[in-house]
This record gives sequence, structure tokens and C-alpha cells, in this order.
Amino acid sequence: MIDFINFYLFPALAIGSIYALGAVGISMIFGILRFAHFAHGDLMTMGAYGVLAAAAVIPVYPVFLVPFGMVLAIALALLVDRIFYQPLRNLPTIYTVISSFGVALIFRSLVQLIWGSQNQVYGSGGVRPPLILFDTFRISVLHVQAVVATAVIALLLHLFLSWTRTGRSMRAVSDDPELAKIAGLETEKVVRWTWIIGAALAAIAGLFAGMDTNAHPNLGWNLLLPMFAAAILGGIGKPMGAMAGGFIIGLAEELSSYPWIGDQALISPSYKTAVAFVIMIVLLIVRPQGLFKGRLL
Amino acid sequence: MTELSGLFFYFVSVLIAGGIYALLCLALNIQWGMGGLFNAGIAGFFAIGAYTSAILTTVETDRHLGGFGLPIFAGLAGAALFAGLTGWAVAKICVRLKSDYLAMASIGIAEILRLVIVNESWLTNGSLGLSGVPRPFDEYVSGRPADLVFLAYVWLIVLIVYLVAMRLYDSPWGRTLRAIRDNETSAAAAGKNIEKFRTQTFVIGCALMGVAGGLSAHYFRFLSPAATDPLLVTFLVWVMLMAGGSGNNRGAIVGALGIWALWSVTEIFTNRLPPELATRSSFVRMLLVGLLLQFVLQRFRSGIVPEKSPPLRFRNEPGDRNIKD
Amino acid sequence: MSALLSVRGLTAGYGGPPIIEDVSFDVEPREIAVILGPNGAGKSTVLKSIFALTDIASGKVVFGGTDLAGCDTSAMVRIGISSVPQSRNVFPTLTVDENLDVGTYAAPPADKAETREKVLQLFPDLRKKLNQPAGELSGGQRQMVALGRALMCEPKLMLLDEPTAGLSPAYLERIFDLLLDIRETGVTILLVEQNARQALQIADHGHVLVNGRNFVSSTGKALLADESVRRSFLGGAAA
Repeated sequence: MIDFINFYLFPALAIGSIYALGAVGISMIFGILRFAHFAHGDLMTMGAYGVLAAAAVIPVYPVFLVPFGMVLAIALALLVDRIFYQPLRNLPTIYTVISSFGVALIFRSLVQLIWGSQNQVYGSGGVRPPLILFDTFRISVLHVQAVVATAVIALLLHLFLSWTRTGRSMRAVSDDPELAKIAGLETEKVVRWTWIIGAALAAIAGLFAGMDTNAHPNLGWNLLLPMFAAAILGGIGKPMGAMAGGFIIGLAEELSSYPWIGDQALISPSYKTAVAFVIMIVLLIVRPQGLFKGRLL
Repeated sequence: MTELSGLFFYFVSVLIAGGIYALLCLALNIQWGMGGLFNAGIAGFFAIGAYTSAILTTVETDRHLGGFGLPIFAGLAGAALFAGLTGWAVAKICVRLKSDYLAMASIGIAEILRLVIVNESWLTNGSLGLSGVPRPFDEYVSGRPADLVFLAYVWLIVLIVYLVAMRLYDSPWGRTLRAIRDNETSAAAAGKNIEKFRTQTFVIGCALMGVAGGLSAHYFRFLSPAATDPLLVTFLVWVMLMAGGSGNNRGAIVGALGIWALWSVTEIFTNRLPPELATRSSFVRMLLVGLLLQFVLQRFRSGIVPEKSPPLRFRNEPGDRNIKD
Repeated sequence: MSALLSVRGLTAGYGGPPIIEDVSFDVEPREIAVILGPNGAGKSTVLKSIFALTDIASGKVVFGGTDLAGCDTSAMVRIGISSVPQSRNVFPTLTVDENLDVGTYAAPPADKAETREKVLQLFPDLRKKLNQPAGELSGGQRQMVALGRALMCEPKLMLLDEPTAGLSPAYLERIFDLLLDIRETGVTILLVEQNARQALQIADHGHVLVNGRNFVSSTGKALLADESVRRSFLGGAAA
């Protein structure tokens, strides 16, 4: 039981928070810009490498350098939106999907070009001893940081969306872009904020993912599928749903490899991604609007 | 003289691979150009075809499932069948939803297949791969002339598929598809069963991608998970079709050959660079292909050989609205 | 008295052939004007063209002395025009209160709380529903949220596309009464209506369109009395 908590539950919550932070952006972009953003994983990679570059120069614990990653991711997101996505907005959204697929490749080749394709660790951080609670629970400091950061972000995001003018405008555009336009809302400003928030959270998620293992060019791409699953699970256009979806997918993936029956992993850990995929497929069959009454686009 | 024949056979190898890409492009053109369906998992269907055909045609071994030593034609038929079946399952789930979901599911399928191929050694011999995959007419020709025979074999299949695709395009079936693609609402109002048509389109395309995968296994005589690198294959095919002209079968072939020639020629140069620069330059190539796709999407949407009539134009559908500014 | 809104020779459509051709009419300040006509006459297109949601081929729309050519929708809201589309006119996942709030974003009123209070006085039913998502309300209540949202920017002119579509007769009466109340507050209303007879009873002027062109324009009373209008558009029997 203790093993279950230490080696499955805690890591599951940590990976869940990474998915949650990524899925929020995917869900918001899907809700407001109406397309599945295939470059979101690679935006995470960019964020992770932004911190890596900063860490090479500034010798502090990498988590403190996350603003560098966020700025890089935000700048790139606004840039690709401006030059690649925006001109396609009057076409069917599938063109933007294809374009984002291309942007994913562009991001990845840039990472490989600038930083090389080998695995890289966040140097100055080093391995920290795990926190030990009540002599039994062992949990990595990084995992605690990831979960706490995600909880704080979820709260802030909720307040932002409920109480600020920009947040409410975002929800309005997500509900009905046409009516938002008729009501005189500035759609482009809403779009800009969507990218800023989505990219910032992606960078944070990317950093935690990179620090949990190591940074490599496929870091974010490998997380894309579970994040899509999380966004669909939470219901498109429901940022809080996407957060919950991220945790559910994270738990499902990690716990599926727990030896529930006998001493063999229930599902081989190498098929973790498949768990997310199967959840996504089942959802698309039985409840494509997601668990929390999201919209079906 | 050897220099010259070396160049000649290099050219042949580019044409063989180009033919396989042409097949993939024709298949994608059926799905996207005619049906408006976004398949982001081309590599997955390609891999199914490759492994199916390889397992069916290799001689018996204990390293992986089979081989069954069947004739190559049977292998390719099996490739089409299995890839088509997988496509059917994906389509069944996703065609009724917004096209983005099909993209996610197809990329998911490709990813899962990659995992299966790497992990299930009993089936695929894992990362060691399958060897001894036969080529057609192996017993009659060997060495370099065999490449010429295979070249003819591949392009014969491309020709057949092209002719069939042309017939499909002008058939009532193809016209219905294009009507659905261009205006789903009015096609539905005209009593067309959109889901059925879309599923058929997707299945046909996937089956052809399976055949292309099979051909590639036979060409290389060897198959490893690396050969089905999901992103590169999928991505190149999309760039090829977009640049060539989606909706036009000739455009699909032109695009496949053109982009593949570009890809291969640049490889000659980058291979001559010192090792460190060579790896870097391969990333530059990827980057340029990514930018090429963006360029085509922005400025050159109809491609080199545009679709004739009706032009590739979509009306905004209620479920597919954009933000207009 | 100069017109608040003046439409002159408006020809517009959606990229294809024009839906309305050479349409002209005036809307006086503080009146209710109604556009009538058979299905497909281009009534909604007139409203959308005024609000810059169509492709305008030729013609001119002048509002309070300003030519609206080149104005986008948020500029329209800022100079005092608000619009309520026929269907999907509330933000379903936003609460009623948030829907009203969103109405102020493009053109914030001087005193938001006061404007909100005025709007809620017009629609007392909404008071109990303020924290409910607008998508969960009945059709009539949604219509009130939509009208309320459009009033929150304190417009001079409201464009309403069939505000009674799909409502029960009881609600229909209430909406028409509300339109009279809104006019009392000094807002000019231009609406498109299918329920021609009831609309003409509250309207100061009516403009009948046929096949995208002006057919006849007159006062509400005169149109109600006009034999040819009655026969063609008011459904047979005399009132």
C-alpha cells in the first residue's frame, strides 16, 4: 500500500499536473480559435529548453528560471499565430490544424538545430533528496512543486476567467464567436490572451516534464496525445475540466501499470500512452462532449 | 563508366521511393483532396501495410510471427486489407465529429502502432526488425537489374491506382464526395449519407497507404521500426500533396516526385558535410520542409497542378466556424 | 426632424448575387420601425448590412450624421448601435449577470451599476436568475437576457432580428410590451418581424420588402389599414 502511494500515486499526480497545464491551453485554443493545436507539445518543449538555456548561464534552481521559458513560449506562440495561423482564419479550421502540424515540426527542428538532439539534464538543480513524511511517505520535491504550482495556477485561472473583463471576454468568445463579435468584443485581443496563457502554462508544464526526466526534442510531442485526451475528457472550452482531465489521464496512465492482479504490471508501462489513447477513443464513442458537459465542436 | 551507372542507379532508387510516395500521395488525395478528411497518421497505416506484407511473404522463422511464405501479391493484398480495416475502425469512430478529432485519433493510432511494433517482439521481432523480405521476381533477377524490375513494378501499381483514382474522381461516387467536401449541409439535404461516404473514402485511402507500406518493405528487403518514423513519412506526404495540388491526382504525383527529388538531392549535399554539420543540416532540411508547408498553405493553396472544376473551396459549415475579423 | 438612421440605395449580399437591392428608408429618433416582408425578402440581410455583417456592394448607411462605411462591429457599438441576432443570442455558459456585463465591454456606460439596475427594472424576471447560466433559461427569458445585454451599452439604436421567433403567444405579447418600454427610455428600435400584425400595432413606421426591394413604407397604422398589404402579408382576414 505504501509502495502504491509512493511509487504510483505521487508520480501520477505529478504527471497529471503536467498534463493538466498542457491541456488547459489545448482546450482554450480549441474553444476560442476552434482548432486542435498540434504544436502545443512542441511549445512545451520550447519552454523547457528556454529554461535550460537560462540555467546554463544563471546558476540557480531551474524552477526559478521558469519566466525565461514562459517568455520564449509566449513570444513563439504569438509569432506563429501572427504569421501562420491568423491569415488562415477565414478558411475552414482544418487548414490551421495542418499548419500547426507543420509548426510542430518547425519547433522541433529548431530545438534540434540549436540544442542538439541528445538528452540534456538541468545541471545546477541536481538530484534533491525526497521529502519524507511520517517516516513512510516519500515524495520527490519536484513532484510536490508541480502539484502545488498546478493547484495555484488553477485557482488563479479560475479567478481570472470569472472576474476579469478579459477572462469573461474569453469565455464569451469560446461560447459563441459570432455573438461576441456582434457584442463588439475585440476578438483579436481575446485570441492574443489565449496564446499568452496557453503558452505560459505550456512552458511551465514543459519545464516540469523536462526536470522530471530530462530535456529532449520529443519531450512535448510525446505528451500531446494524453493532453488531447485530457482536453476532450474535460470538455472542450472548459479550462477547469481540462485540468481535471489532465489529472484523470495521469492517474489512469500510472495506475494502469500497478500490479493490481498478481505481481505483474496490469498493463506494461511501455503502453502508457495507449491508455490515454484508449480513454480518448472511448470518450469519442460514448461521450464526445466530455465529462463536464463541454461543447462538441 | 561506373560513375555514370552509379548515378543512373541512384536515379532509379529515387524514382522507386518517389513512386512509393506517389502512391501515398494518391491515397491521401482520395482522403483529403476528395473527402476533406485530415489523416495525421499516414505513417501508422504505412507501417501496418509494411509489417503485414513482410510477415505474410517471408519464409518461416521463429523470430517473429510467420512468415507464411505467401506470394508478394497476397502480401500486398493483406497489407491493403489490414490497413483498410484499421482505417475503418478509426473512421467509424471519428467521421461524425469535427475533422480535428479524426486528426487526433489517426495520430494516436500511428503512435500506438509504433509502440506495438517496438514492444511486441513475437509479432515484429521488435527493434531488430524483419529481414529477408522478398522482392517480386526475385528468382529471375538479382543485383542492380532487380532495381529496374522493381521500379517498373512500383510504377505499374502507381499507374493502376492513378487510373482508378481518376475514375473514382469523375464517378457519381466522387462527385458526391466533392459535394460533401464543399458543402456538407446541402449534400446532406440532398439525401446523401455523409458518414458512409466519408468512411469509404478513409478506408480506401488507408488501404492504399498499406500497399505503399508493403512495397517499401519489399523494396528494402528489411523492415525495422525506424523505417516507419511516424512524423517524417506523414509530414512529407502532406507537404507533397499540398505542394502538388490537393484534389488533383496528377498534382499528387507531381508533388510526390518533386518534393522527393528535392529531399534526395539535398541529402547528397548534406552527406558530404563533416559528420557534425551533417546531422545539423538534416534538421535544417526538416525546418525548411516545415516552412515550405507554411508557404504552400499561405500563398499557394491550390498547388502546382490545381484541381480543375470545381475549385477546392469550402463553405463555412455551422460546426466548423472560424473567427472572422 | 432629421432621421437617426438613414439607409440609401443599399445593395448587399454574402459574396454571391445581392440579396437586397437598392433598399432605402429612414428611422426617426425614438421610434419603433419594423421591416416586414415574405420569407426570403432579405429582411435580416438589411439588419446585418447596417451592422456591417454582409458584403455591401453599393449604397450608404448614415447614423446620427456619421457615414457607417468602414465601421466594424465594435465601432458600431461604441457609437451607439447594438444588435440582437435572431437565434443564439446569449452566451450559454456565462451567467445572466455575466451576459449583461459582457454587454458593457465594447462601450462602457458611465455608471455600470446604474445601467444594470435600469435594465433589471425592465426585466424583473431576470433578478432571480442572475447567477444561472443563460443557456439553462427558457426561450423567452433568453430573449430578455439578449435584449438586456444589448441595452447595457446604452445604445441609441437597437437592431432586433425577430425577437419573438419561437416564443409562445403569451411571451410574444410581453416582448412587444417590453419594446414599448424600451422606446420609452429613449432608445430607437429597428426590428424585423414575422408576426406582422402585432408588430405594426406597436410600430411607428413599417417598411415592407419584397424580393429584396422596397415595396411600400408608411406608418404602422396606415400599413395595417392598407388593403394590399393586409391581403399579402397580414394573413387574410381583417383585424
